[in-house]
Amino acid sequence: MKHLLTTDGLAEDAATAILDTADELKRTLLGREVKKLPTLRGRTVITMFYENSTRTRVSFEIAGKWMSADVVNVSAGGSSVGKGESLRDTALTLAAAGADCVIVRHPASGAAHRLAGWLSEGGTSVVNAGDGTHEHPTQALLDAATLRERLGALKDRRIAIVGDVLHSRVARSNVHLLATLGAEVVLVAPPTLLPVGVGSWPVTVSHDLDAELPALDAVMMLRVQAERMHGGFFPSAREYSIAYGLNEARLGLLPEGAVVLHPGPMLRGMEIGSAVADAPQSAITEQVRNGVHVRMAVLYHLLAGDGGERG
Amino acid sequence: MAPRPRGATEPAAERELLSAGDVARTIARMAHQVIEKTALGSGTATPPVLLGIPTRGIPLATRLGARISEFSGVDVPTGALDVTLYRDDLRRKPTRPLEQTQLPTGIDDRVVVLVDDVLFSGRTIRAALDALRDHGRPRVVQLAVLVDRGHRELPIRADYVGKNVPTSRSEEVSVLLSDVDDRDAVLLGERR
Repeated sequence: MKHLLTTDGLAEDAATAILDTADELKRTLLGREVKKLPTLRGRTVITMFYENSTRTRVSFEIAGKWMSADVVNVSAGGSSVGKGESLRDTALTLAAAGADCVIVRHPASGAAHRLAGWLSEGGTSVVNAGDGTHEHPTQALLDAATLRERLGALKDRRIAIVGDVLHSRVARSNVHLLATLGAEVVLVAPPTLLPVGVGSWPVTVSHDLDAELPALDAVMMLRVQAERMHGGFFPSAREYSIAYGLNEARLGLLPEGAVVLHPGPMLRGMEIGSAVADAPQSAITEQVRNGVHVRMAVLYHLLAGDGGERG
Repeated sequence: MAPRPRGATEPAAERELLSAGDVARTIARMAHQVIEKTALGSGTATPPVLLGIPTRGIPLATRLGARISEFSGVDVPTGALDVTLYRDDLRRKPTRPLEQTQLPTGIDDRVVVLVDDVLFSGRTIRAALDALRDHGRPRVVQLAVLVDRGHRELPIRADYVGKNVPTSRSEEVSVLLSDVDDRDAVLLGERR
């Protein structure tokens, strides 16, 4: 594997290999005094974030450091981007400075793909850490890791993705990955928050959350992305919350053992009730914990070997 | 030459070095040696922790541990230690999948016996020593191998050796264990 840009087209065995590696990394680091592995010593990883982020950037940085890579963080605010440098020139600069891997988050969908095209020749790997409303593959992988931990194999599991699907790169990445892993995916959202062309996705669509809940193995709540909304997508926050928010009463409709996920940052009281976020069914803090192991696994698969496929 | 999983297939034109019966007798003898060297019979010694190195070191450690318990009456904790993340040749080969790491107990101030099937260059054991250091500080680390085939590239030796086999570098030693393979045997053949 050279880049991780999307989960669309990520083969099942490649996805499973990353998830298995993440599981082993988690197990091997459990209860250790020294949470550091020498595996990526001498490799340089640069995170390049053109959008705000707490958990993803920190998670990648910790993942790189626990694998002993040198991690350098670049944010758009403090860099030459503010002086008008293009994405391409910034990327080529970072590659020339010796980056083995560039982890990029960008508000434009497709930015990571363009970057990979520019950097492939020099041998620099690119990881998409979120591009516009397109994809966020490591989030989908960490969600899958968390679900596997709670539910076992995902084959034939029924998983709902609820809320602002239109603006959600997390939803897109999850739809592809979960379908690849054999799960049944239901999108639950108001018609205004579903993208055009959703009919061609490997999913079923519903507008009635209460009707779906009793048959689910997991429910993934999405944040309402007000920063990407220019126009009226629903009448009011209160009305959205009543129709699509996961409150305590709805939590009671889920079967026993069902899991609640949220990619964060969550808006308590909007798409998810505060008590629900802290309920035993909620795996939200585990998602963050698994995020580090999954990103370690991604870096391992991109950077540890000689770049060839295993014979 | 295409890389092949360690010991996964039998080499061509192989010669049997140890039969199934020999393997069982060898493990029993090694168990007695571990008991003697760690003073396990004395009643006061803490039992050693056996850590098998994947893949075939794990069933080997389990069998050795069972024998030690049988002969000494003391339960011996056994586990697995994957060394993939500590190898010095990662960048020379395609990405390897990780194997299982399972420490049955803390290893601080314990006697740890690393168990592997074949001792060759010593690089796997070097990686294992580095891995151990990140898990704790054992009082003593020892090494048990079913076959020592020579050609060390590092100053490493085994404390318990099932069988010393002089080999040439062009040869390949394959350990078969019924837990992973169809039978117990140690074979010597030409590298393909």
